[in-house]
Amino acid sequence: MYKDLIGKKSSKVKSTIERGMVTRFAESIGDLNPIYVDEEVGKKSRYGGNIAPPTFPRVLSSGVIEGLKLPKKGLIHGEQNYHYKRPLLVGEDIYSYSVIEDYYEKQGSNGLMGFLSTKRYGEDANGELVFTEESIIIITETVRKAMKV
Amino acid sequence: MSNILELNKGESLSVTLNPVSRMDLIKYAGASGDFNPIHTIDEEAEKAGLPGIIAHGMWTMGNLAKLFTPYFEEGFIQDYQIRFSGMVFLSDVITLKAELQNKTVEYMDFDVKAINQKGREVIKGKVRFAIY
Repeated sequence: MYKDLIGKKSSKVKSTIERGMVTRFAESIGDLNPIYVDEEVGKKSRYGGNIAPPTFPRVLSSGVIEGLKLPKKGLIHGEQNYHYKRPLLVGEDIYSYSVIEDYYEKQGSNGLMGFLSTKRYGEDANGELVFTEESIIIITETVRKAMKV
Repeated sequence: MSNILELNKGESLSVTLNPVSRMDLIKYAGASGDFNPIHTIDEEAEKAGLPGIIAHGMWTMGNLAKLFTPYFEEGFIQDYQIRFSGMVFLSDVITLKAELQNKTVEYMDFDVKAINQKGREVIKGKVRFAIY
């Protein structure tokens, strides 16, 4: 049922890389480095301001992909891949959208495992790509069956 | 290590974290917006067939990246790829490690992983650190 969704895109959503959210996120991963949180250090850095940790995009909202229904429970996070052209800057606006990249099934010890790959593209105000974020989630046969009920 | 660029092939960056606490995971849930209760509430984890709450995979992945944070004047993380291979439970002692595999004038490629106190890999992947 996910195969038909390959190539489907969400609408674009604007998010601001908010200072407070970046600080809280950096603290939650035990990484309160001044490059993330200290304004003076940011100003003097090569970035001219603070930056966000590489896994921060997980926090950003992205548009809804029409027709994509995911189970509320039982999803397994298989892989996560980031690619950056440059770090995210605190205070900038990012326009992001998601695309269903792929869906395939593999026989596993617990039946047919489904692998769903979704990729988020984050662009700056000029439409330049800043990052991509790919998530692969694993949907087991049991979870897929439970959804159909 | 004062300068990441001085690392040689086969050398590593490494740090061992304090034992994983419930508060760590509550904070990550709040900061990330991932409120899946298997990460914070015992009963929900048990209902899901787990022996107890488990860390968000992204909490471990977020932590692992901090090996590179002190070096963002020299370069930045261009690629960061992780496969989640094991679960992290409360009180686990996680060691983060990045081993330099290859080095050019433009980038440094690392094999990265997080292992628990039993030496088992819980996440594993690669980082390409692009040099300015």
